[in-house]
Parts: sequence; structure tokens; C-alpha cells
Amino acid sequence: MRAAPYLLSLPALLLFAGVVVVPLAMTVLLSFHDWGQYKGIEPVFILKNWHEVLTDSYFLEMFGRTFRIAFFVTLLAALFGAPEAYILNRMKSPWRGLFLLVILGPLLISVVARTLGWALLFGGNSGLVNKALISAGLISAPLPFMFTETGMVVALAHVLMPYMVLAVWAALQRLDPQIENAAVALGAGPFTVLRRIVLPQVMPGILSGAIIVFALAASAFATPAIIGGRRLKVASTLAYDEFLNTLNWPLGAAVAVLLLIALVVIVVGASRLVERRYAQVFG
Amino acid sequence: MSRNGPLALAYHTLFVAFMLAPILVVCWVAFTPEGFLSFPTDNWSLRWFYAIARYPEFISAFWRSLWLGALSSAIAVGVSVPAALAIARYRFPGREAMTALFMSPLMIPHIVLGIAFLRFFTQIGIGGTFVGLVLAHIVIVLPFALRLTLASAIGLDRAVEHAAVSLGASEWVVLRRITLPLVLPGLASGWALAFINSFDEVTMTVFIAAPGTETLPVRMFLYIQDNIDPLVTSVSACVIAITVAALVVMDRAYGLEKLLVGRGVDGR
Repeated sequence: MRAAPYLLSLPALLLFAGVVVVPLAMTVLLSFHDWGQYKGIEPVFILKNWHEVLTDSYFLEMFGRTFRIAFFVTLLAALFGAPEAYILNRMKSPWRGLFLLVILGPLLISVVARTLGWALLFGGNSGLVNKALISAGLISAPLPFMFTETGMVVALAHVLMPYMVLAVWAALQRLDPQIENAAVALGAGPFTVLRRIVLPQVMPGILSGAIIVFALAASAFATPAIIGGRRLKVASTLAYDEFLNTLNWPLGAAVAVLLLIALVVIVVGASRLVERRYAQVFG
Repeated sequence: MSRNGPLALAYHTLFVAFMLAPILVVCWVAFTPEGFLSFPTDNWSLRWFYAIARYPEFISAFWRSLWLGALSSAIAVGVSVPAALAIARYRFPGREAMTALFMSPLMIPHIVLGIAFLRFFTQIGIGGTFVGLVLAHIVIVLPFALRLTLASAIGLDRAVEHAAVSLGASEWVVLRRITLPLVLPGLASGWALAFINSFDEVTMTVFIAAPGTETLPVRMFLYIQDNIDPLVTSVSACVIAITVAALVVMDRAYGLEKLLVGRGVDGR
């Protein structure tokens, strides 16, 4: 009987040991191999790729761009997604369900199709976004969106927005409306209620949403590849290039493993920080 | 509970417009009668939808994606059920670590998984094959299948099983006649969510698909990298239509919120 849970999970465990753990270990190992234009991959143990990735200014710039984009995407998602989740939560029954479907639904629609939509909207100087911004009087000359970081940030914010709304929405469900009512009864204005009562309570939701959005933005591939074109590289599109165009697999593996390590450190660190900060409040 | 003011509703309208704009614009351009990208106003045409039929690579990629999604999701659910029962019913050393391992494909960037699979499959000689695609897709959709099967395994009322045993049912009969029918809705929604995720996956698949085993999103992605023309918008419009239809069905059947948030956020 003691063995029962292990026997039950055996198929999944075998699958994951064979198809996740082993390939990941092989990739880490691959990043230490040597590579040459004519000799191909040489199974030796050298630090060449790691040295190149960590010191070459090209890689430094590229990783800087990757995390800068992820940061701004997270900021946009939190700034615009959190208020929307709050508004959604205050809606009445049929509308609430409908708009929740409209806002979360895109999560399941192909990311290639969604990014194609942004490519069409940005589309050069005559793109619809520029036309709309000019006619609204917000800008006077068309802004470049295609093949720029701005374009990547806007498109990625759209692609990842549902995760933020979902996280804040989940936090709002735990909120006791009586506390809000109590604050109002004690004479607090709507703005004070929002700032002193609602915001502190949904902050863990915003932060956990931010962690998810940041991690997904930093490792996103299809959107930066389509909006950024062939020149503006982020970590994932660079790794793709090394693997499928240059064929320098060891270098590509080093880029990917470094991205993975950086993300694990950031995500685990941020989660710990959030937990410690809010364990005191809610513990 | 207070209502939303006019300012909040205006913000909401803009937000919804932002969320829908890129999706609607793809469908709009797909109806262009022109040979180039344009936004049709008075002249609409289905010519680019008919044009899909002349590009067999899109058609075959579509069927491949369909089979791949159906097969890998079914296997993922099949593997998840016993694992979910183990996690839900037993307290054993390594339980948390095991759950974390099964959920790890959600945490590991798909770009890293794609590279790892490419390296591994090439090494063992199944690079660029359909078998490789299935194996990789089982792994990436398993967390979705497991989350929903786990939710229904936890929600299962064990008294019903105990009643069956006390009435003389064998273990096998209990599993077949009591346990499985009770977790079936969870399995079905787990399969559906897994299927959609497999059907949409591009980042990981682009590494392991070869010409001849390309899935629809990969075919679309590679096509867009070369050039954007109305053909790829009509293909995307079809994909969007299929997904929206599946979405509405799933929302009616199970509730999208529950599906995406997983086990009721506040224990509901």
C-alpha cells in the first residue's frame, strides 16, 4: 500500500524523467560544448560560450533589451489590467460573465494570429494605430511601431494582459465587501476606499500577476520575432537564430540556459519577497 | 455593492476595444477583395478564403495540428488521472516535489523546452518526426490536464466509493462505475484545455517541427516571417473562428473562469 501513490504516478514520472529532465540536462551540457563552422559540435567541456555570453557587449545589450521590454510590459499590464479587473468585478451578472469571456478569451486564441493583428494595426506609417492617434490629436507625426521596442511592448502587453486581469480578479474574489461598506459607513470617500482598503488587499494579486507577466514577456518568442523582424533581437529570438540559422547550438544553448537561470532567480526571488511581505499582513 | 461610474465605463470600453482590436482587424482584412493588404469598406470578398484550398501546406498542417492536439491531450489526461489520484489521496514523501515537477512545463520557458527537445530528439533519432511532436506536446499540456483532473479528484466525495465497497463492489468495479464517471467532467474539460494549448503552441514546436511535420501555428509563423499577405489573414481568421467557437462551448459547459483559474480560487 505504501507503494501505491508511486505506482499510480509512475507513467507520468517516467515520461517526465525521460522527456523533461534528461533533455534539460543535455541542454545544460550542450552549452559547454565547442562548435566550429566546419567541425560542428565537439563534445568537450569548455567555458567559451559562457564567457562569450557573459562578457560580449552584443549579448549584454540583447539581454538588457529583453528585460527592459519585459519590465515595461509588466508595468503596462499592471497599470491597465488591475483597474479593469476592479471594474469587471463591480459589474452585474450577465455583463460580468460576458466581458470576462471577452477579456480572458484571447488567452486561448493563437498568439501568431494576435500578433498578426498588431502587425496589421501598426503597418508602417499609414497604420491604423497612427491614424487613430493623429486624429485624436495625441501625436502629430506617425510613430514607428513595427521593428521597434515600443511595438513589441504594446503587442506583448496585449498578449499577456489576460494573465494580469486573471490574477487581480482572483484576488478581488477573496475581498470581503463588508470591509468596503464599513469604510464608507465610517465616512471614507470612494478614492480613500480604493487607496486604503481595496488596493492593499489586491496588491498580492497584482504582484503575482506581475511575476507571471514578466516571466512570460522575457521568454516570449513569436511576438518579438514578428514585430521585431530580423534585426531587433531578444534572448529567445537570438537563441532561435543560433539553433536554426547559424547552427551554433552550444552558443544558443548557453543563451537559453542563461535566460532560464535569470528567470528562475527573478521569479523565485520576487515570489519570496511577496510572500514574506504579505505573510505579515495576512498570516 | 457600488456601481461603476461613467468614467469607469468609458475606461472599460477603451480596454475592451484594445483587447479586441487586433483580433477583429485580422478578420476584417481577411475579407479584402484586393490582392494586397487593405481594409475593405464597401467591397467584401471571400476570395482569400477560397485561396486557402490552393495551399495544401496549410490544409495538411491544420489536420496535423488537430491530430496532434487530440492525441497528446488524450495521452496527457490518461497519464494525469492516476497521478492526480495519487496526489489527491495519499500523503507520501516527495509528493510536493512530484507535483512541482509535473507543473514545471508551465514555469520553464517554452523556448528552453523547444531547444531541449530539439537536442534530445536529434540525439535519439526522432528529430522532426510526428512521434517527437506528440511526446513534446504531452509534456507541455500535462499541467493543464493535471490541474483539472486534480481538481475533480479532490472534489470527489469518497463516501460514495466507500458505500460501493460496503455493498460488495470490487476495486475495479468501484473505479469503473463510481470514480471514473464522477471525475469525467473534469477529464473532459482538462482534455479540452490541453487540446487548445497544444493547438496554439508555436514557440516550442517551431524547434522540433521539420518541413512535413509543421503544425498550423508553425506554418503560419514561418509564412509571416517571409511576408504578410491576405492569405495568412484568412487562415488566421479561420483559426480565430474555430477557437472562439470552442471557447463558447467550453464556457457554457464548464465556465471559462473556473477553467482558467483552475480549482476555485477561493475554494469554491
